[in-house]
Amino acid sequence: MSHVVQTANGADHVHAEQPNYLEAGHTVKSWLLTGDHKRIAVLYLISTSIFFFVGSILAGLIRLELTSPAGVLLENETYNKVFSAHGIVMIFFFLIPAVPAVLGNFILPIMIGARDLAFPRLNLASWYVYMIAGLLAIAGLLMGGVDTGWTFYTPYSSLYSNSQVTLVILAAFLAGFSSIMTAVNFIATIHKMRAPGMTWFRLPLFVWSTYATSVIVVLGTPVVAITLCLVMLERVWRIGIFSPELGGDPVLFQHLFWFYSHPAVYIMILPAFGVISELFQAFTRKRVFGYHFVAFSSIAIAALGFIVWGHHMFISSQSMYQGMVFSLVSFLVAVPSAIKVFNWTATMYKGHVRMQTPFLYALGFIGLFTVGGLTGLFLACMGTDEYLTNSYFVVAHFHYVMVGGAIMGFLGGIHYWWPKMFGRMYPEFWGKLSAIAIFIGFNVTFLPQFIVGFLGMPRRYHYYYFAPEFQIYHVLSTAGATVLGFGFMLPAFYLLWSLKKGAKATANPWGAHGLEWQTASPPIVTNFVETPIVTDEVYDYTHVDEFEQQRATREMDSPGAPGLQTKEGEVIEEEVH
Amino acid sequence: MNYSMSPPQASNFAAPHDWVFYILLALTIVFTLIVGVAVVIFAARYRAGTKVNRARPVHEHMTLELTWTIIPLILGLFMFVAGAKLFVYMRTPPKDAMNIFVVGKQWMWHAQHENGIRENNTIHVPVGKPVRLTMISQDVIHAMYIPAFRVQYHVVPGRYTQLWFTATKVGTYHMFCAMYCGNQHSEMGGYVYVMEPGEYAKWVAAGGEDVPRLTMAQEGARQWNKLGCGNGNCHNEADTARGPSLFGLLGKTRTFADGSSAKADEAYIRESILQPYNHITKGYDNTMPAYEGQLSEEDVLALIAYIRSLGGAGTPQTNINAQKGTEPSGGYERPNRNMSVGAVEGQLPSRPGPRTGNLSVGAQSMQGQANHE
Repeated sequence: MSHVVQTANGADHVHAEQPNYLEAGHTVKSWLLTGDHKRIAVLYLISTSIFFFVGSILAGLIRLELTSPAGVLLENETYNKVFSAHGIVMIFFFLIPAVPAVLGNFILPIMIGARDLAFPRLNLASWYVYMIAGLLAIAGLLMGGVDTGWTFYTPYSSLYSNSQVTLVILAAFLAGFSSIMTAVNFIATIHKMRAPGMTWFRLPLFVWSTYATSVIVVLGTPVVAITLCLVMLERVWRIGIFSPELGGDPVLFQHLFWFYSHPAVYIMILPAFGVISELFQAFTRKRVFGYHFVAFSSIAIAALGFIVWGHHMFISSQSMYQGMVFSLVSFLVAVPSAIKVFNWTATMYKGHVRMQTPFLYALGFIGLFTVGGLTGLFLACMGTDEYLTNSYFVVAHFHYVMVGGAIMGFLGGIHYWWPKMFGRMYPEFWGKLSAIAIFIGFNVTFLPQFIVGFLGMPRRYHYYYFAPEFQIYHVLSTAGATVLGFGFMLPAFYLLWSLKKGAKATANPWGAHGLEWQTASPPIVTNFVETPIVTDEVYDYTHVDEFEQQRATREMDSPGAPGLQTKEGEVIEEEVH
Repeated sequence: MNYSMSPPQASNFAAPHDWVFYILLALTIVFTLIVGVAVVIFAARYRAGTKVNRARPVHEHMTLELTWTIIPLILGLFMFVAGAKLFVYMRTPPKDAMNIFVVGKQWMWHAQHENGIRENNTIHVPVGKPVRLTMISQDVIHAMYIPAFRVQYHVVPGRYTQLWFTATKVGTYHMFCAMYCGNQHSEMGGYVYVMEPGEYAKWVAAGGEDVPRLTMAQEGARQWNKLGCGNGNCHNEADTARGPSLFGLLGKTRTFADGSSAKADEAYIRESILQPYNHITKGYDNTMPAYEGQLSEEDVLALIAYIRSLGGAGTPQTNINAQKGTEPSGGYERPNRNMSVGAVEGQLPSRPGPRTGNLSVGAQSMQGQANHE
């Protein structure tokens, strides 16, 4: 990669006719050995999408199996392996890397006016480590699978399970290092490579939330890595750490595991928060309400998130008083999330709201995440958690936050930045249809699970023939999952279609504010012809003129049109109608 | 059929728990509505192109921020206190509680009462008396979960844990393992029987038996009826075209289709049940289904005992009602695997309930499915 002077006046003689990053080389080698953050993001997009597809097929199997109280297709052992694989693939290989490694990798350096991430080769290495981990996991699944659930609770995982625990744990261990590499890279980049004038409080909120996420990853992931190592030691060499038979303590594992894995849910949701902030400012054409509060709430979540892990263990023989502290802090960590939701909602007030596909996803996120967050209070509250934990209530809550939150955020971000990433527009009608189908399908899938959980159906149950009163809810849930699956499949088709056939996107098709919209779509290899100098405040729409308002209206009235043009764009020639 | 939206309330914890639950539910609905309605109104009113007053938009507003920080905070603290108080109540058993000791293992629950009664996958308790379960696991982590009582606690290897409750309503309630514990996790469960004190005393006096134990021959008869071996089907008092009589079989000499013969002993009967095609009795075709892999060795022994009890002609005992049998100790009776969607009604295992005349399995929602005696 060529040397670029990172000052405003030093970079102005970079050649004007640079190819965009997609055309900078067409060989397989030019992709597999690239140091370009944008290409690495595309590699991540392809690989995480494949894992999402695998995880979804597994989810479909689970839903099918549960339509009948005595099962449909699978034996106990297979069912246990299927739900374990679903959790492991979705969490370690999709949810954790999805937003940071795909959207963050692509857009974060451009947002802050940088030429690339601080360590391009480390970035590429993180993808290779991720792929090795992913292939190990797939190998583990093909060689017999693992039946411990994604939580790997000891002593079941260390001494009792007759499945590929060691291999899959190794895969999760490696995947952790991949996210550490990405996180270190982000932290260094955000600290050192902001363009001149890009002060901390001019950073887009996506950068703030990615920064908070990276800090959690760097502090938390080593703990789970060590913990999983210890499970392997006990499993392979019978070194007594967690198993009472060998003199260990099984509850110790839960402390160590949740010390990472609770912050890990923030690793999955915080970047999505960042995406949602971006979507709100872009599609209301207004600065996010309470910018500082939204920014610092990310930091507060990251900090408090580290001291709530014990709320997974109220009934695991942890001390009652210890539980109280964890319960109290868990209620506190709900507040910054509430602040975000209220601020996003308030952003719409006096805005210019445009109901385009990414914003439909954002609104879907608000609805689902609000329910997901509030039902989390039932589980932070000790008296109700004691009843609801380990039931389908937890399953529903978790999916509301992870699918309704993280995946809605991811899809919203993909739809928002797709024109930037590939220079093409997707068909707006199909985009909206997918957002609506996912929202409806999701609710029909997971609302019944709250009820069946409240009725007392434990999670990870294959059969419930002894409690047929649960069946109606499972049938409903599976019906919803069918719609949800349809909604997820749509983007796969029309986004791929748009790569060849989509209308060409302009540099700023949404008329949004931010450095990423000031460079070409798709961006050139060095992102900017010259390093930008930031002079305006973050999300500064105060100079939005009447002309742009008309363009916005026009876009609303003719949804097929390829979005808005740049600030310096053309004049509207005629009335559309 | 009436599908309940809430679980039965059958212990002292059910009401206080549900109170906290419904307050939280109300908060959830109220806040979701506030956000949802605001989003819809703003989206409609401030849609791009609408002519509304957008003058002087506000970007930061300290009073508003503090309002929506402090109100959720106060509500949260209030709910924390309510939840913690309830939890302390749940974790503090009264001193006079009756003790039951529970061992969890892959994949069954074993309960021991202080009076020496032991039971598997069931727990019988009297109504209105505090009960303390002291629990430990023999292998991996399990969790004792009785939804109708709103109690759950992990059952951990290497350490005792406990939970307590006072059952408040007579009936039969689900007892589950809620902590994933391996292959048959979902079938590691059974029932808690809450009995009137008088009935409970009778149950204790009978040594913890709902019905007298079956003899091996009776158990064999149960299998015999279940499989439809006799009663006009294949093996009857006299030889029929479909199958030879088994009355007085033991000790007789059987001649086979290939001309050989052997004395009918236990080994021969076992083989004829599991692999009947090995030795076809002379005069019959190879029509008997092979039960290899479908019957346990205990079942086969019981069937042999039953066949022995048939003795010579004229002593039929085939009218023993299958309903009277004790359950196998492994949790639930597994239903036909190819059960279709919606086919579960009436599939509740035919477990003998407590003799109270007021049986309500899973309370309201299960009425009419239970096996009234």
